[in-house]
Amino acid sequence: MRWRHLDKSVFLWLLLVAALLVLVINPLARLVWSSFQDGATGAVTLDNYLAAYGRWRYLEALVNSLVLGLAVAAVCVVFGVPMAWAVSRTDMPGKGLVWAAILGTFIMPSYLGAVAWILLAGPNAGWLNRVYMGLTGAAAGPFNIYTMAGLVLVIACYSFPYMFVFTRSALDLISSEMEDAATTLGAGVLRTTLRVTLPLTLPAMMAAFIVAFLEAIALFGVPALIALPGRIQLMTTTLWQFFEFPPRVQVAAAYAMPLLSITALLFWLQQRLIARKGYVALTGKGGERRVVRLGAWRWVMLGYCLFITSLSFFLPMVVVLQAAFAKAWGRGFSLDNLTLANLRFVIVDQPITRAATVHTFVYGGVSAALALGLALAIAYIVHRRLVPFGRALSYVAMAPFVIPGIVLAIGFYAAYTSPPLALYGTAWILILAFTTRFLPIAYANSNAAIRAINPELEDAVRILGGGRLLALRRVVGPLLKRGLAGAFLLVFIPATRELSSAIFLYTTGTQVLSVLLFDKSDEGNFEYLSAIGLILVLGTVTLVLAGLRLVGRDFMLTRTTTT
Amino acid sequence: MSKLALRHLSCRFGSVTAVDDISLELASGEFVSLLGPSGCGKTTTLRLIAGFLPPSGGTVEMDGDPISSPASALPPEKRNMSMIFQSYAIWPNMTVAQNVAFGLEVRRLARAEIRARVGHILDVVRLAPFRDRYPAELSGGQQQRVALARAIVVQPAVLLLDEPLSNLDANLREEMRYEIRRLHDEFHITTVYVTHDQAEAMVTSDRIAVMNQGRIEQVDEPRALYARPRTRFVAGFIGRTNFLDGEVHGAEVVFDHFAIALARFDESPALRGKVAFSLRPQSIHLHRQPPAASERTCVIPGRVVQRAYLGEHWDYAVRPKDGELQLRVTARPHEVFEVNEHVWLEVDPGQMALLGSSIGT
Ligand SMILES: Nc1ncnc2c1ncn2[C@@H]1O[C@H](COP(=O)(O)OP(=O)(O)O)[C@@H](O)[C@H]1O
Ligand SMILES: [Mg+2]
Repeated sequence: MRWRHLDKSVFLWLLLVAALLVLVINPLARLVWSSFQDGATGAVTLDNYLAAYGRWRYLEALVNSLVLGLAVAAVCVVFGVPMAWAVSRTDMPGKGLVWAAILGTFIMPSYLGAVAWILLAGPNAGWLNRVYMGLTGAAAGPFNIYTMAGLVLVIACYSFPYMFVFTRSALDLISSEMEDAATTLGAGVLRTTLRVTLPLTLPAMMAAFIVAFLEAIALFGVPALIALPGRIQLMTTTLWQFFEFPPRVQVAAAYAMPLLSITALLFWLQQRLIARKGYVALTGKGGERRVVRLGAWRWVMLGYCLFITSLSFFLPMVVVLQAAFAKAWGRGFSLDNLTLANLRFVIVDQPITRAATVHTFVYGGVSAALALGLALAIAYIVHRRLVPFGRALSYVAMAPFVIPGIVLAIGFYAAYTSPPLALYGTAWILILAFTTRFLPIAYANSNAAIRAINPELEDAVRILGGGRLLALRRVVGPLLKRGLAGAFLLVFIPATRELSSAIFLYTTGTQVLSVLLFDKSDEGNFEYLSAIGLILVLGTVTLVLAGLRLVGRDFMLTRTTTT
Repeated sequence: MSKLALRHLSCRFGSVTAVDDISLELASGEFVSLLGPSGCGKTTTLRLIAGFLPPSGGTVEMDGDPISSPASALPPEKRNMSMIFQSYAIWPNMTVAQNVAFGLEVRRLARAEIRARVGHILDVVRLAPFRDRYPAELSGGQQQRVALARAIVVQPAVLLLDEPLSNLDANLREEMRYEIRRLHDEFHITTVYVTHDQAEAMVTSDRIAVMNQGRIEQVDEPRALYARPRTRFVAGFIGRTNFLDGEVHGAEVVFDHFAIALARFDESPALRGKVAFSLRPQSIHLHRQPPAASERTCVIPGRVVQRAYLGEHWDYAVRPKDGELQLRVTARPHEVFEVNEHVWLEVDPGQMALLGSSIGT
């Protein structure tokens, strides 16, 4: 074969395969492999499984996690569905405010929400308890966040936006004509809603139910802040305990298997639900939609929406702000309690937090760039059929979707603590783990962006004498630019707040803010925690605003629907 | 030596053979059309020539050098060709002038030269007033002309066009046919033009290659293609026709209830066994009285079974003798016959085109 005739994309393909090997395949393979390995000798054994499932405490954690997942998903339905219906279909006032509050809920990392809820509903000292005691003169308040109910509430507060977004998109696609068809056949409003509207939105709601369930069982931050002190055993906290010194990686790997398989199975189920043919009506552009007039009830509806968003956003934001600027949060909202010392301490005085702030945004930025670059390259060669087995590459790129962050971290730990690639202890292990974790988001976005570009536009460049690279630079690049900026932010934002994989992989020199926040939580210095959280939130807000400018109102929506 | 030559070219996608052993040579400056129904492999052939696809078999040669073979293919950007795509593929992020200048920039021409050539070509395609517009601000016909200008301005060795007019409305399509031929007469670029519209091919081309199921059935000048189709497919695809199936018996070719002396056919020495002919409706003449016998023609009695008046002409269906065969006959508006009327068909065997393949079906 003559060199002049050779298609150079082979080299790119090899490079991508290598990248995916490092990022996805090796960690996963090592995870599975080490679950069968004896920690000391490396011999093949089933002891890890015996150790992981041999104690009632560990099995109880499994059950607790499943119960938690179901409860959270159920609460999400109660929270999210009425709000979605109200915003999509009724004349409820203040829709903009509700929408903004939900966006705010998205922006708030759930572990910061947990910190806020400890301030709100910690036994005795929590704000809600103090208000209750003040009003009733009782000696103790009724609220205790360190319970299963508290855990469910906090996690649901930060998962219900999925339910809201999924349901709302489904409702937005059902035209009033479909409902009218039922009404003209003599069905009342209630019957129409129950028999037509609800069944049509059901697949979307079930899909969101699954997402919320998966979020809840895979979450680490909130359980670490609430379940650990509350002595509620969960899968993720148990995994974390396996990692306490000396780390029992092999046992952790064995213990992670149910989490991994449940996630994979449910994700598959969710995809089936979304793809179901009977609901094609949902994929088409809906016809005109008429608003339902609620009369006086619209104020009740608004009240409900504001109540839920108060739980998830307004109240937490208020207490976090108060604590971040307070000398002592318990002294309340008075002027002489105000101080900038916490922020100063975090940003300026303390070298660790200063470094962590830098790390957070640098690691996030680098991993977003890596994930996006890789995702684009894969999406491109898959769509242009440049190489054989391109489809396989895209499946591998999407695979991290079904891997909970905490499980991924165990895989990375198993794969990269020893040579040949001893990345543990360097920033790279965090950066690469973040890259892997958010690769699916990057891929989904890249895929959509590339699909929108007619390949003939590039063919035209090539036939006129420009190479593929020139086509990429002069045509594909400029056409992708807008969408890619959005996609970059969609990876950057979660990467700056990622806790569950970071917590297993950081070392003293490579802390990020999320880890620091968790690390300092046992010290009980909530002013300090709130200040760290505030920095994270401000960073995210800046990025989201940039995203809204670049992409428009649907910015955060695309993120969730690609989930 | 031919400018461009396809030799036994094949292209398979899995089990589908999109292009099946086609051979075609183009002289320098020649305009050849690939004409065939949708899905017959025209685009694939064009992409093989352009180098976007490697062939599964055979070669593409330019000026005698192989540029594509199953072992290796010169990438499209090194072939000095231009192509106009079905979607036009105008770059939406560039203005008209930038689109047109692109190929010249890639060729690293001096800036002044680029400006001059872009200006000239935009005049030729009458787009000068639109040079700073973006494609989204142009009509379909204008976008089409941008694509033409962009392809021609680089003076390619070969110009490839893939159904360039199929997205235009009927009037514009007719106008652009002549425009494309005009540009060819001005620049004399060796051209391969893909279309499924026979009128388009007829207006623009020096020669037409008719494709069917990945194969070239016949390559000929437009007139020859119409007058002397060599396969049943070509005869049926280009214009309307009658198929006559017969068999040679001694000194006669016997058809359904009538016969014609073997000696009347040009190809008489070659005729034996079952034979098939195509006879155009315009080549049959109807008479009330038996016409005077002549050297060239022969006369068959028949009966009108159907007729339709189409303004420009009459369309008759006539059954020779009492056979099953129905012949379609086109007659001028004043040649009026009634249904069931007995008529005489005058046929010139010299205009009956012997069909090579699918004889006796
Ligand atoms: N990339 C491809 N993969 C598989 N089959 C293809 C591909 N491109 C074309 N084909 C098939 O090859 C045949 C010829 O296609 P094409 O050349 O596009 O036809 P035309 O341009 O004449 O309409 C069709 O049956 C088509 O389905
Ligand atoms: Mg085609």
